[in-house]
Amino acid sequence: MKYIYLDNAGTTPMATEVIDKMKETMKDTFGNASATNYYGRQARMVLDNCRHVIARSINAQNDNEIIFTSGGSESDNTAIIGTAAARQNVGKHLITTCIEHEAVLKPMHFLESRGFEVTYLPVDQNGEISLSDLKQALRDDTILVSIMTGNNEVGSKMPIHEIGEIVAESNAWFHTDAVQAYGLLDIDVQADQIDLLSTSAHKLNGPKMTGFLYCRTDHNYEALIKGGDQELKRRAGTENIPAIAGFAEAVKINSSEKKAAHRKAYYAFKHQLVDGLRQNGIEVEVNGKIDEGELSHVLNLWFKGKKSDALLTNLDLKGISASAGSACTAGSLEPSHVLTAMYGEKDPRISESLRFSFGAFNTSADISAVIQALTEIIKR
Amino acid sequence: MADNSHTRVVVGMSGGVDSSVCAYLLKQQGYDVVGVFMKNWDDTSDSGVCTATQDYQDVAKVASEIGIPYYSVNFEKEYWDRVFTYFLDEYKNGRTPNPDVMCNKEVKFKAFLDYALEIDADFVAMGHYAQISKDQDGTIHLLRGADDNKDQTYFLSQLSQKQLEKVMFPIGGMQKTEVRRIAAEAGLATAKKKDSTGICFIGERNFRKFLSEFLPAQPGKMVTIDGEVKGEHYGLMNYTIGQRRGLGIGGNGQSNDPWFVIGKNLDKNELLVGQGYENEHLYATSLDATKLNFIAPIDEYGTDFHCTAKFRYRQKDEGVSVHLNDDFSKVIVEFDRPVRAITPGQEVVFYNGEECIGSGTIDHAYQSDRVLQYV
Repeated sequence: MKYIYLDNAGTTPMATEVIDKMKETMKDTFGNASATNYYGRQARMVLDNCRHVIARSINAQNDNEIIFTSGGSESDNTAIIGTAAARQNVGKHLITTCIEHEAVLKPMHFLESRGFEVTYLPVDQNGEISLSDLKQALRDDTILVSIMTGNNEVGSKMPIHEIGEIVAESNAWFHTDAVQAYGLLDIDVQADQIDLLSTSAHKLNGPKMTGFLYCRTDHNYEALIKGGDQELKRRAGTENIPAIAGFAEAVKINSSEKKAAHRKAYYAFKHQLVDGLRQNGIEVEVNGKIDEGELSHVLNLWFKGKKSDALLTNLDLKGISASAGSACTAGSLEPSHVLTAMYGEKDPRISESLRFSFGAFNTSADISAVIQALTEIIKR
Repeated sequence: MADNSHTRVVVGMSGGVDSSVCAYLLKQQGYDVVGVFMKNWDDTSDSGVCTATQDYQDVAKVASEIGIPYYSVNFEKEYWDRVFTYFLDEYKNGRTPNPDVMCNKEVKFKAFLDYALEIDADFVAMGHYAQISKDQDGTIHLLRGADDNKDQTYFLSQLSQKQLEKVMFPIGGMQKTEVRRIAAEAGLATAKKKDSTGICFIGERNFRKFLSEFLPAQPGKMVTIDGEVKGEHYGLMNYTIGQRRGLGIGGNGQSNDPWFVIGKNLDKNELLVGQGYENEHLYATSLDATKLNFIAPIDEYGTDFHCTAKFRYRQKDEGVSVHLNDDFSKVIVEFDRPVRAITPGQEVVFYNGEECIGSGTIDHAYQSDRVLQYV
């Protein structure tokens, strides 16, 4: 059976260059970057170079603003809980949205249980917040605004630049979860006035359990992982040099031109998939909207009258990997909090939708195969 | 061996040893096997632990060992609407329902069957101890599992021809010890897993406490048939006919015999108690039942026939005379000899030799012409 992978918002396969770079680093650079011996210096050099590559990729002011972490979840947890711990004397109010990733929502719930107050901004049917809601929610005691750059389930993109402007005029810091957006968009933390930004390597053909948190120089949060003085005391633990080297390689090969080309290709895939299904008489609606301003690798579709779980299983049995929200610990699908926030909990879309997410290795032929498979399944 | 690779069999995998062995045997026979775990109940605790998680993890392990894809499907809503609501309604009416019979009829052999057909199943396999035989004309007969002690036809007795049409019971012809042996030899992760007991959604929890979360307990008096008050009860729903445990009445009667539940008075909210395991009020000579189902046509039997029956799961068969009304909506069942603790809400399941003919839900028990005060 030929397998087709359309779950790139979940994770991506590693690029060959990344694998080669990691192999090489594993062989040649095993030292502990904090050690003052020869091997430590070798490791430190690799680490510094990688930090520089990554700092440049988001136009950070200096390399020390990049803290390597175990990935998106740790970066989000650190940004939120670490900021709350550091700034609780300033205030105990935070703002986020209803459609954030669990790695943002769960830390927020945790803070609520510890006496903090959280405002969850609603979204419209396109999965977008309103800036006037944000302005109204901001208070003198608001210490953090955490709003994702782009959504992982429906691909909606938030007006980050405008949010940055609004938050800059308040007492709050601005954190954005850019885990989905980082591999696809050119991010400029200075132009967008971002204070904290989370990413993950494995969403852009890098290794898993690796990511970074950007934190503006003049800010300091309370470290979650305490121990050694690595990452300027902001994240203890011996750095995983091969993984970080792989991450930097993935960032390096993901040039602006390549990102633009991917955006264009994925945007075309969206149209190809929706148009192809409709031409075959499949009743399908887009959850959110197809627009060049949205994250182009995520497409969430409502298959009217068709249950997500059976559709997903059918596709998988035909070798096509897609997804539909998140699974509970017993493997069954949970109603998506994102679709629920967009359409209300009674909407049939919540149990009748699938997410397709595109990556660097997908081709137009893959999309044709998916159209054919879905048509067979639905018309059977 | 026949080429079964183009025949897709969807196996209902619970994370137990029986369904694990089912999947294993089918895979050995070369079928295109797909394992599916059903999540029917949400009992996520405050700490976020859900008991289905362990079972699903076992499904994942076994499926990987066997080399089959596996999935999980959520029927919480179906289970709640079609099984649990009925379960509570029956208790409200003072009866003792059998949710497993309803679960098979409404979820495992309906919602799950529909799901399996949607993922292109040619057959659906279950780990029940029951067997199927097919006549030349396609008529399906449900037969007892070969392991007398494990036979589960009692729970399958409300199924229709259509529900059984595409079903396989791969271990129905085996003894439980044989199933365990196969699991151990194949090295399946569930080979030594303890069998589940009790009602699936309650598990090992305290039944009275569970029920009180859904139905307000209405305490009342425990009285003898002569009206003598012997104590307080916690709510009629917590007791079943013939029960001895938990009454808390010391001797102080006419004899030293232990006390038993011998009836219920729903109007007065009184629990009737009497002494002695063999208390006369516990013995019925006949019953009536409705919600009848016959698995295969029973034209040859007529409306009056003699066969055997079970009134509870794992009871021994009793000889009975069956009298059906004309439209098969009601049955009167006369027993060859008096039977103890007939319980309204449970199924009366009919057997002709090894064949499970069908069943009905017990409404009333009688001693000669007198209706026993059981609800």
